[in-house]
Amino acid sequence: MQYQRGRWSRVIEFLIEWLIRISGISAILFVFGIFFFVFKEGAGFLVTKWKPIEFFTSVEWYPTSLSNKRYGILAIIAGSASVTLLAMMIAIPFSLGAAVFISEFCAPKLKEVLKVLIEFLAAIPSVVWGFIGLMIMNPLIIKIFNAPIGLNVLNGGIILALMSIPIIVSISEDALKAVPDSYREAAIALGVTKWQMIYRVLIPAAKNGLLAGGLLGVGRSIGETMAVLLATGHAVQIPNGPLDSVRTLTATIAAELGETEQGADHWQVLFIIGIFLFSITFVINLIAYLVVKGIRIQAGDS
Amino acid sequence: MHPFQETIHSKSRQRKETYIKGLFCCMTIAIIIPLILIIGYMLHEASPVLSADFLLKAPERGMKAGGIWPALLGTIYLVMMSLIVAAPIGVMAAIYLNEYAGDNWLTRTVNLAVINLAGVPSIVHALFGLGAFVLFAGMGKSILAASLTLAVMTLPVIITSTKESLAAVPMAFREACWNVGATKWQTIRRVVIPNSISGMLTGFILEVSRAAGETAPIMFTGAVFYKAVEEGNLFAYNLTDQCMALSMHLFTISTQVPGVPEAIPFATAIVLLGTVLVINAFSIAFRIYLRSRKRW
Repeated sequence: MQYQRGRWSRVIEFLIEWLIRISGISAILFVFGIFFFVFKEGAGFLVTKWKPIEFFTSVEWYPTSLSNKRYGILAIIAGSASVTLLAMMIAIPFSLGAAVFISEFCAPKLKEVLKVLIEFLAAIPSVVWGFIGLMIMNPLIIKIFNAPIGLNVLNGGIILALMSIPIIVSISEDALKAVPDSYREAAIALGVTKWQMIYRVLIPAAKNGLLAGGLLGVGRSIGETMAVLLATGHAVQIPNGPLDSVRTLTATIAAELGETEQGADHWQVLFIIGIFLFSITFVINLIAYLVVKGIRIQAGDS
Repeated sequence: MHPFQETIHSKSRQRKETYIKGLFCCMTIAIIIPLILIIGYMLHEASPVLSADFLLKAPERGMKAGGIWPALLGTIYLVMMSLIVAAPIGVMAAIYLNEYAGDNWLTRTVNLAVINLAGVPSIVHALFGLGAFVLFAGMGKSILAASLTLAVMTLPVIITSTKESLAAVPMAFREACWNVGATKWQTIRRVVIPNSISGMLTGFILEVSRAAGETAPIMFTGAVFYKAVEEGNLFAYNLTDQCMALSMHLFTISTQVPGVPEAIPFATAIVLLGTVLVINAFSIAFRIYLRSRKRW
């Protein structure tokens, strides 16, 4: 006698498989959805009144001026760029050093402990980082550098560096781990020291992964909101040095959106900044994805 | 001369290696130390007000005294709602990616989309939530809109970890099941999911910790500065209400309210940080436990 499945169980199976397919592409829908809805809110201004040249080249950000409202985001871009640059100058060397140490030098037990601690570092919420910038770093910077205010590029840069280190370390460590052991053995057999092996063999072999780690770190820093909102001060200006206060793209949206009237020009401009931010991180993530895919293709060839 | 004897040259190379190892070790320590110092300092500053009462009482006198109960409860609501929405979608998406999808352009696009979704700045998620849920879908600023925004934001966490745990189930398990005549879905339901459920749970725990800490996405979609709720009542909020949240509360009392005694924001920060770290510790301990029991 042949076992026959009931009609219902086949219908249910059919429905569930379709639900799975739809959920499968949900990530694509959400990415488009994000672009669409952010674009939709800013579209009115973008089409009729937006002056791209002024928007990107003017440092005059006076969205609430009564007589002459001006929306130039150059100084804000400079704010984001300066904080991110400083953060990466700190984070990349430290992350690479830590990744090499964790992957190549330390004992297996210690390795587990360090990885867990770095995971903890990654878990600290951004508003807590911002709070640390505001309450701990701020007085420290004032004291050490004799600065009038401790909420500046330096403060934001250090905070962002600490925030992006975990992601760079974990991706770099993965990249180093992915280098086949035969490479290491071949190098050691030639009589090189461990450092020569790392410098001449591992790093060149893992360079795509290391690059991807750095890129994702940049993406994380540019997109970070609460920490920089609290830690960089609120001055819209092009910074002359690390002790100047700045305002980043993300912080501008977070600080001003609550105080604008829904649908007003200012509101729409903030959504345009949102589209700009979305585009930047999209491109950075795309490049990182392609770079990582490059590794897979290479590995597949050999 | 003995052929393997150390020369001056090789000695200097060895020395260099020691220095470099030391340098890298210091760099690693330099990353870890701030974590410990900061937590220690914050605990010290927070100690005067940190107590069970602080967790269970509402803020008093314009947030200058009292506890954080409404914020704590709000965070629980937001996190649970976002998990309820994100978990099924994320798990099904991961099942699609791992079990159904072939190696084609659609799969690559989905993978790229997941990476991008994870990389979208939180403030852009906030703009999306405001545009899509609050305004377009007409939910208004509410727990519902805020937790949906959080769900979209944390979806990649669930997709990535579920995909990993599904991929860890050996192919032979599936083949054995297919060979006795089971359909694809029966195999997934009876064999693949039971064998990867614990890995999925770690993903859920991570989602919870991530959602609990986020501030920007809920700022404009449902979190408010202050809302009075009944102390000790777990069902004090409605889904259409606005709510307070721990992260938002920390931001508010450290920037918007003048004259708050320093211990209160420190204690709020410690509660938020402690919650997130404890949840993470759970997830890590669970992962280590699972690895130790893995039989294949």
